[in-house]
Amino acid sequence: MSEQLAKSTPPVVPQHVPAPVEDKAISPWKEAWRSFKKNKIALVGLSIVSFFILIAIFADLLAPYHYKDVNLSDKHIAPSAEHWFGTDEFGRDILSRVIHGARISLWVGFFSVAGSVIVGSVLGIVAGYYGKWVDGIISRIFDILLAFPSILLAIAVVSVLGPSLKNALIAIAIINVPTFGRLLRSRVLSVKEEEYITAARAVGMSDTRILIHHILPNSLAPIIVQGTLAIATAIIEAAALGFLGMGAQPPTPEWGKMLADSKDFIIQAPWTVLFPGLAIMLTVLGFNLMGDGLRDALDPRMKS
Amino acid sequence: MFAYTIRRLATLVPVLLGMTFIVFMMIRAIPGNPAQLILGQQATQEAIEGLTRRLGLDQPWYTQFFAYIKGLFAGDLGVSLKTNVPISEEIWPYLAATMELALVAMIIAIVVGVNAGIVSAWFQNSWFDYTAMVLALIGVSMPIFWLGLMEQYIFSIQLDLLPTTGRDNIRVPVDPITHLYLIDTLIQGRFDQFTEVIRHLILPGIALGTIPMAIIARMTRSSMLEVMRSDYIRTARAKGMKMFWVVYKHSLKNAMIPVVTVIGLQTGLLLGGAILTETIFGWPGIGTYIYDAISFRDYPVIQSGILVVATIFVLINLLVDLLYAAIDPRIKFK
Repeated sequence: MSEQLAKSTPPVVPQHVPAPVEDKAISPWKEAWRSFKKNKIALVGLSIVSFFILIAIFADLLAPYHYKDVNLSDKHIAPSAEHWFGTDEFGRDILSRVIHGARISLWVGFFSVAGSVIVGSVLGIVAGYYGKWVDGIISRIFDILLAFPSILLAIAVVSVLGPSLKNALIAIAIINVPTFGRLLRSRVLSVKEEEYITAARAVGMSDTRILIHHILPNSLAPIIVQGTLAIATAIIEAAALGFLGMGAQPPTPEWGKMLADSKDFIIQAPWTVLFPGLAIMLTVLGFNLMGDGLRDALDPRMKS
Repeated sequence: MFAYTIRRLATLVPVLLGMTFIVFMMIRAIPGNPAQLILGQQATQEAIEGLTRRLGLDQPWYTQFFAYIKGLFAGDLGVSLKTNVPISEEIWPYLAATMELALVAMIIAIVVGVNAGIVSAWFQNSWFDYTAMVLALIGVSMPIFWLGLMEQYIFSIQLDLLPTTGRDNIRVPVDPITHLYLIDTLIQGRFDQFTEVIRHLILPGIALGTIPMAIIARMTRSSMLEVMRSDYIRTARAKGMKMFWVVYKHSLKNAMIPVVTVIGLQTGLLLGGAILTETIFGWPGIGTYIYDAISFRDYPVIQSGILVVATIFVLINLLVDLLYAAIDPRIKFK
């Protein structure tokens, strides 16, 4: 998926597209890509995201130094030809650390959202499809999870599991579960009433087959839109947890953690704070722009 | 409206109970004996047993849970392990600090956001519109902890205009009455301190207000654009009304309905952002209170602190729903 994005082929085409109809009609995904292409701001978003994905993939080749290389005699060197982004309090090259940080932030972003999508979808589908008390219980759990300010819930989860990047990822995945759960649930509820589902059931299709062949494909567009926007928030939340010392631990070059470590040196070496923050902002901006563009392209009804 | 309010209040009960349960269980899910963790490796067996009893950890969890709930109804939030003071007695100054900060952030966000949105819609596709909307896009993507650091660097360190941390000048501390310093200084007639408090509020207020500001600006713009296309606006303009009045009097009134909802939702979300802003600006608010409790392993404070913030969050959301139903009567019948 990531290399596909890099070559700027359609980001919205999933592997299991509903089989294209044999006539000349354009598939809905192609149509979405057409309208996405016309949206300049969305293309800017796609370019930013592709740029950071490329950096993350080729971090080892691109980074001029090793991100862990400590060299105390080179500490706090201002940005120069040798160190484009300067060095930190241990003389580590900030550019190299920011480049490797892209890998971490994108990794957390993708995998935490993937986790929320999977868990949220299963719960949402079960709630929507089986209804009654199952729905009651699952929906109440979603209500309760949504009743916490998200970062507070993440902090609470991490304080139970212990501070680490993996646990931050789990915490972020948990707080996003209800978003996708509710989305899938409402989707299932509206699709369930369609006549073709009744038809499918009449010809003896099993519940699982109906879910996989009819309900899931019908829910893909909003999941992709919401997922892209959720990656943006997940990246910010991971950085926030790292900043609070509850995410990545040293010497991991996580952007939020880098900010926390260098904030005390902001007077002597402001560049140590400037670049990791810019990296967070740009990545998040990219995903936000792309998400907005996808929303307009895939689901015009979701436009607010 | 009354029935709707009752219905909405009834849904609140299971949510609040569930929240309490989750927070309660979470604290108990922390591996190891909390008493041991709090007292450290050197502690004697006796001391550990004593603290275990004091925390009620020797009881089965459901006994502990019901005791906690019972305490909550009596206004008992537990006792802080660090200060040995009942949490209900020491929490108010922190809450007040956060409320003051959140209020200022929201005022900044609304005043700037709504006006930027209006002018953007008024002069659609002008350079102002483009600049404002690009800034709003950046604002939505801004990590506020980084924005706070950058503000400190530019406005405190480089330009030396505003203080970096705290709520007041530590050399002339505010004498707290309500712990809302803006009110306290006014009651005491200390206008020098009042300006000091405002100066301390500006940077964290902007940091915390940026995301809601950006969202409000975008919402106001799109809502205004929709309203300004309607017939009655064309009529107002046709009869020769000045554009300024058309925009600020006729359009704004109708465009505000969705904006009010967004403002309400953002107020709740501010609570999360406050935790991050407070750590950067050394703001002695509820976020700092919980954060310090986590590093000190002050479990009663973590538990009740999170619960208090979450309850406020739920209540704000309830208020928004009721307000929205009051503005837009269609909601009630859903």
